[in-house]
Amino acid sequence: MLAQVIAGGLSAGSIYALVALALVITYKTTEVPNFAQGEMAMVSAFVAYILMTDYQTGFFVAFSVALVFAFVLGIGFEAVILRRVRNPTHLSVLVVTLGFQLALFGLAGWKWGAEQRQFPFPVSANEVIRVGDVSVSTLGVATILISVVLMVGVFAFFRFTKLGVAMQATQQDSMAARINGVPTRRVVGLTFGISSVIGAVAALLMAPVITLDTTLMWDPLLKGFAAAVLGGLNTPVGAVLGGYLLGLVENLFGAYISVEFKSAVAFLMIILVLCFRPSGLFGRHRTRKV
Amino acid sequence: MDNPVSPRDAASSPDGANSSSRAGAPNGASAPVGADARAVGEVLLEIQGVETYYGPLRALSDVSLTVTEGTVTVILGSNGAGKSTLLGTIMGVLDGQPQCGTITFGGERIDGMATEKIVRTGISYVPEGRRVFPELSVRENLAVGAYTVRDRQSTRRTLDRVYDYFPLLADRQTQPAGTLSGGEQQMLAIGRALMNGPRLLLLDEPSLGLAPILVRQVFDIISQICDEGVTVLLVEQNARMALKVADDGVVLENGELVVSGTAQELADNDEVEELYMGTASTTSELGTAPYSSEQGARHDVDQES
Ligand SMILES: Nc1ncnc2c1ncn2[C@@H]1O[C@H](COP(=O)(O)OP(=O)(O)OP(=O)(O)O)[C@@H](O)[C@H]1O
Ligand SMILES: [Mg+2]
Repeated sequence: MLAQVIAGGLSAGSIYALVALALVITYKTTEVPNFAQGEMAMVSAFVAYILMTDYQTGFFVAFSVALVFAFVLGIGFEAVILRRVRNPTHLSVLVVTLGFQLALFGLAGWKWGAEQRQFPFPVSANEVIRVGDVSVSTLGVATILISVVLMVGVFAFFRFTKLGVAMQATQQDSMAARINGVPTRRVVGLTFGISSVIGAVAALLMAPVITLDTTLMWDPLLKGFAAAVLGGLNTPVGAVLGGYLLGLVENLFGAYISVEFKSAVAFLMIILVLCFRPSGLFGRHRTRKV
Repeated sequence: MDNPVSPRDAASSPDGANSSSRAGAPNGASAPVGADARAVGEVLLEIQGVETYYGPLRALSDVSLTVTEGTVTVILGSNGAGKSTLLGTIMGVLDGQPQCGTITFGGERIDGMATEKIVRTGISYVPEGRRVFPELSVRENLAVGAYTVRDRQSTRRTLDRVYDYFPLLADRQTQPAGTLSGGEQQMLAIGRALMNGPRLLLLDEPSLGLAPILVRQVFDIISQICDEGVTVLLVEQNARMALKVADDGVVLENGELVVSGTAQELADNDEVEELYMGTASTTSELGTAPYSSEQGARHDVDQES
């Protein structure tokens, strides 16, 4: 039973971790959470859905095209909308991301309605893999594997490639990056592109678990945000750990204490963490740059 | 992505002609630049009639200045005179500035160019306040400094040189830069600026907040850097020390260039002495111009191609 619950927690946690990572990557650049993250991912999932149903493409083609779409959407959002904000303050950037969220949500509702759609996926949520007395859905296993591979890839990129390191440098001090020859505008755009792709992967893994509708990412976004705050908004690794921790605690709580209040656990945890460790469980306090 | 003109090639484009067009000495200039016999190199950087504004506030008025290849030039001036603004203007980090005037580097107009392009022409900048990347390690900071360099081998060599200059950094390669002491951060900032093998190095108050012994060390390194063929334009409050190392100097006051001349001329100037060196200064101390530059083969810091 316990192992079972843990397995469920890990697959839910994977989604939270992906969303948290996506949020943190852009948060480190703008110091504002991108509230449009969820809807950008949802729209990308719809792109995959439409390709599969209306154009009968295979899943992998649809998946790939959706990710390219997400990448372009992220870059476009930064270049066409965010960058236009003159003398950006945290508040104005926040309002812009909220505005974009509302716009995407409105657009999606108008185009696709409130209908719930079955999202085709190569592995099923009902089929299970049994290991001893633990049974996990194949979808759960796929979710965990894909997420882990993606996150390891993202971390390796940031850590070991020249561009990745330059991207971190830009996040920490964009003027200092620029005087070292880093084309910071392009790099910031790329940051949003990567973040959007990570979010889209979360949406593509989430859609087959529930069904696809325009509110697909509401819960994952909130939980992902909670996970990021929990782990530390400034530490990508922390945010990912926060995602898994949240998935586990939530599932354990749901299994042993109360299913009704399962979702509330996330916010109880945030409040506790914010009281005792404001920079997150894995975050470091740091003096802000001016 | 890449600037078609490699920094090295643009180096020797014969543009000495520019120097003669430097008409009209700036307001109240006491001595013409270039009267000095030591100035054998070509004009590397030429600033003409530059004006920079912060909103309605004019921070630089009609500033003209030339920097000769292979020399150290120091910019003196009191707080708020516009020294950092001048370096920022050269580097293109102030949006839409300069509003008037031209800046020519190695024969190429660089005013109005994007900062990252200016870097690729061969200028490096150590800004006020160090600005190291706090969460990156020392080694990663230096790697960002070499962002514009393609050749890994030359980066490797430059890295070794930087560690030679600053052995302290070599011992702390994996430490996050934010946890370095102020002096160590200053060394890192200088090292980072050397990583792309610049022809011109802009330094904004490199001695600020350093212990006297470190100040000496930093100035030693600056003249060493210059001896290896890098031209240096330096902002300094520590006028006495700076004039010892420098070949030429200018004084800024309220955004205007009021004095320019050789380091010797500035050191002998009573007003400069009184304002920037304190009355206790003895000119004899400044009598010899040390570190006179030789135009030999000095490409050690540069990446060879
Ligand atoms: N971002 C800014 N916005 C408005 N005014 C500015 C800005 N930066 C500098 N100034 C003003 O421009 C003038 C020149 O500033 P600058 O920083 O160039 O002086 P400085 O000579 O470097 O002084 P210090 O020796 O104190 O570093 C000052 O009057 C300053 O108040
Ligand atoms: Mg200054």
